[in-house]
Amino acid sequence: MGAGKIVKVAGPLIVAEGIGDARMFEVAKVSENELIGEIIELHGDQAYIQVYEDTSGLGPGEKVVTTGQSLSIDLGPGLLQSIYDGIQRPLNTIYEKVGHYITKGVNVPGLDGEKKWEFKPEEGLKEGEEIEAGDFLGKVQETKLIVHRIMVPPDIKKGKLKKVPEKGSYTIKDVIAEIETEDGIKEVRMVQNWPVRTPRPIKRKLVPDKPLVTGQRVIDSLFPLAKGGTATIPGPFGAGKTVVQHQLAKWSNADIIVYIGCGERGNEMTDVLQEFPELIDPASGQPLMDRTVLIANTSNMPVAAREASVYTGITIAEYFRDMGYSVAVLADSTSRWAEAMREMSGRLEEMPGEEGYPAYLPSRIADFYERAGRTICLGSDGRKGSLSVVGAVSPPGGDLSDPVVQATLKVVKVFWALEDQLAFERHFPAIGWLSSYSLYHNNLTDYFRDEIDKDWEKLRTAVMSLLQKESELKELVRLVGLDSLSGNDRMVLETSKSIREDFLHQSAFDPEDEYTKLSKQYRMLKAIMNLHMLCEKAIEKNIPLEKLLELPVRQKIARMRHIKEDKLEEFDVIDREMNSQIEEHSANSMFSDG
Amino acid sequence: MVTEYTTINEIAGPLVLLNNVKHATYEELVEVELPNGEQRRGKVLEVDHDKVLIQLFEGTRGVDVKETRVRFLGKGLELSVSPDILGRIFNGLGTPIDDGPKIIPEKRLDINGIPINPYARVYPEEFIQTGISAIDGLNTLVRGQKLPIFSGFGLPHSELAAQIARQATVPGSESSFAIVFAAMGITFEEANYFIRDFQETGAMERVVLFINLANDPTVERIATPRAALTAAEYLAFERGMHVLVIMTDMTNYCEALREVSVARKEIPGRRGYPGYLYTDLATIYERAGLLKGEKEGEVLEGSITQIPILSMPDDDKTHPIPDLTGYITEGQIILDRNLHHKSIYPPIDVLPSLSRLRDKGIGEGRTREDHSEVANQLFSSYAKSKEVEELAVVLGEAALTETDKAFMAFGKSFEAKFVKQALDENRTIEETLGIGWELLKSIPKTEIKRIKDEYIEKYLPGEE
Repeated sequence: MGAGKIVKVAGPLIVAEGIGDARMFEVAKVSENELIGEIIELHGDQAYIQVYEDTSGLGPGEKVVTTGQSLSIDLGPGLLQSIYDGIQRPLNTIYEKVGHYITKGVNVPGLDGEKKWEFKPEEGLKEGEEIEAGDFLGKVQETKLIVHRIMVPPDIKKGKLKKVPEKGSYTIKDVIAEIETEDGIKEVRMVQNWPVRTPRPIKRKLVPDKPLVTGQRVIDSLFPLAKGGTATIPGPFGAGKTVVQHQLAKWSNADIIVYIGCGERGNEMTDVLQEFPELIDPASGQPLMDRTVLIANTSNMPVAAREASVYTGITIAEYFRDMGYSVAVLADSTSRWAEAMREMSGRLEEMPGEEGYPAYLPSRIADFYERAGRTICLGSDGRKGSLSVVGAVSPPGGDLSDPVVQATLKVVKVFWALEDQLAFERHFPAIGWLSSYSLYHNNLTDYFRDEIDKDWEKLRTAVMSLLQKESELKELVRLVGLDSLSGNDRMVLETSKSIREDFLHQSAFDPEDEYTKLSKQYRMLKAIMNLHMLCEKAIEKNIPLEKLLELPVRQKIARMRHIKEDKLEEFDVIDREMNSQIEEHSANSMFSDG
Repeated sequence: MVTEYTTINEIAGPLVLLNNVKHATYEELVEVELPNGEQRRGKVLEVDHDKVLIQLFEGTRGVDVKETRVRFLGKGLELSVSPDILGRIFNGLGTPIDDGPKIIPEKRLDINGIPINPYARVYPEEFIQTGISAIDGLNTLVRGQKLPIFSGFGLPHSELAAQIARQATVPGSESSFAIVFAAMGITFEEANYFIRDFQETGAMERVVLFINLANDPTVERIATPRAALTAAEYLAFERGMHVLVIMTDMTNYCEALREVSVARKEIPGRRGYPGYLYTDLATIYERAGLLKGEKEGEVLEGSITQIPILSMPDDDKTHPIPDLTGYITEGQIILDRNLHHKSIYPPIDVLPSLSRLRDKGIGEGRTREDHSEVANQLFSSYAKSKEVEELAVVLGEAALTETDKAFMAFGKSFEAKFVKQALDENRTIEETLGIGWELLKSIPKTEIKRIKDEYIEKYLPGEE
């Protein structure tokens, strides 16, 4: 720890002199108000500090004290249901303390140190037992939905259990166990402290093999994300990035959701805050908020804290992954994070790379997404956890050549391209089917084959080629008109329209439509494709196209989104009806031919 | 203690560099006295050891290095507020410029404001009826929203904004909006249009104006929206009023910001605008909304609704100013030159326009149960009509199917009947939805896919 004095203030960047032992990325407290900052550059005796709070009113001569610690956060019971700013200050506590506005120098701990939690020790723990980093010591029922596992922290590599944890109610600061290591006896508390810029250690990474089911048809069926995978949603404003992120936060089958609102609108975070406690998780019947941690560093909050917010979020996510959970991080929007980097880089007077972004932008983005993955966690039981990351990107003017988009595409495996043309037509989610991709199909084939249906993959490829064909045909129609198309081609247009309107289009505001199980998704697609095949055959038998377009079963297909998840047998009815209605026409046409 | 310095070392553009200063702080307000006795104000942009960089709001003309004196005032730029500010006209820095008496301040507030804690907000969902169908019906404004108008040179954005200011009400609530008007770099005539409109409609007593005209100092514009929003925050959250803030033209504001940035030789972002433009705009636009009340579940009386106006250079939506604005605001109303040429007022292009808060502000109990579905149907039908129109250009109308022709006719009457209305026409939401249903009659019933059958039966007008 050292003390120095401010010599320069330029926006969120200050320069201090006279801190002898300052280290890179060490946290410093600035001025009498103890504003929190982080050292980001050192030149001889001068330390460059990015300050996480408003710096107006600061001037040369005021004191700066270093803390000897990196920017780190508290991990332990109490994380769930919280709403934090970018440096893990609970916004509700700030509100109770200082009111509607976030004033300067509010110092509040990330976790409530007074609250008592009911702790149950892990069964079979014995004194003198060999124990290693990541091993479970006990559990706390943190919310109705989630059991919080208390683990040996990663910095205690190996040791013997000296004090066995006992059942009881503890605060996070109470010592619950002692471990004898080579360096002496270490006390273990329910809270761990971890520097946000350092990934939490794991044993090793595995290849993702299960889908993160989101209930969003275009995503699950056409461009699935794997648990432990990475995805990006770039799109211009108004294309619906945030709605997609909200839908994922609500419905994806991860155990834990960490939602990072990075430099976005205040009202959007309020929406999440008001809505999530009322939403019920379809799997467990508990409020969705029970599994959610929110990080909200809105656009008007200090820019340096915005830069830190994605690290705070992903560190919390890693901590839950270490317990063996499947965790999803939703970051909205990584562009604001990149811009925060650019702003700090500009203040440091660094040589800019593309579009004024710092040259290290791509490596920072890659580092962030690489913290995702399906992993064998620390601990002797070899448990598996997964951490999926979905990052929204807001490229200027929706232009995908933007450096942030490009750097992101280099590392992520799923690309959901939002198109504003679709948004204008109010086709939501506005994920374009021709430009999006997922590189997880091969990893997930087995899952879909075994869990849903053996011809899932075939169905998906058939649908994709139909949509591809549609775009070619539309070009043609634009030149020569609809009338010159063959019956089969007309049918391709009709069916792909049906795929678009009856399957891909999904309302986020209709309770019956906002979530679709995989089994129903399969039946929906299958119904559309079955009808297509039957119609193709009928055209061969010279049944007039007009008749096929007027089949009453089409009405039913248009409404199949409203079929209840537990009444999938209604699809059998649809299948039977399409068969009989087409039969009828072929019988008629044979009759008239004769 | 106020210290005075005569140590100006460099003057460039709106910036002044001072040497040998003790105890200056970042963002501090300074007073500059010119050799001829004129007083100007500025603020500290950077402090480096004993060197201080100052931005002068009223420019540096006449400032010299020898005699000009600089005083540091030990506080930021503040606005004096009291209920008496209503009905008054201020300059861009918040000094009264009408002939009225001096404002006796109830308090002085730093114009930079403090960020609202997202946890302290209440989600806006109260429908504001503007009386304009293209807004109420399709891109609904709600109380506490920030909804900008993206316009271009020569388009009637002022008329539209004035009409909204005149007509905006929350159905079922008697209180009318207080209006805070911030003019940045617009012409005397434009500003006068608003002032006359407020005077003629008797609205003047609930209006506060902050005027920085095109020939007023450029850098002063950087303070103008902040002064206006400080007044708005005072009226809304301390006096319990519902405030509508109209800011025009944000493009001029951004250009002022660029001017300072370039003078500081900062590394520019897109099109020479500073890299922190997004953050800077956010500190303006985010000063809108509703706050929590004393008790759990209560809403603090008062709200701020923002209607910023910005002209898109070359009508380009991807220009950094509209682009970054769109990422912060809750939607946008886009004016279209083609519609304007067709003499359609207001020339709102509804397809790229958007209100993000619409879905929770409409429906049963707020507007009408069928509102959301009618709006979606009108959107998709109008989008379809545009598609057909394109097709007709290539293939000729003869090649269109009957359905296509129906859509094309729908598109035309949609523009002529739904979008178009008179400058003083104030439609209720029922009238707006009624027109919508009337138009839907012209497309085949099988194509009405976005509306539930029960609403079709209930609301679709029958043939006469």
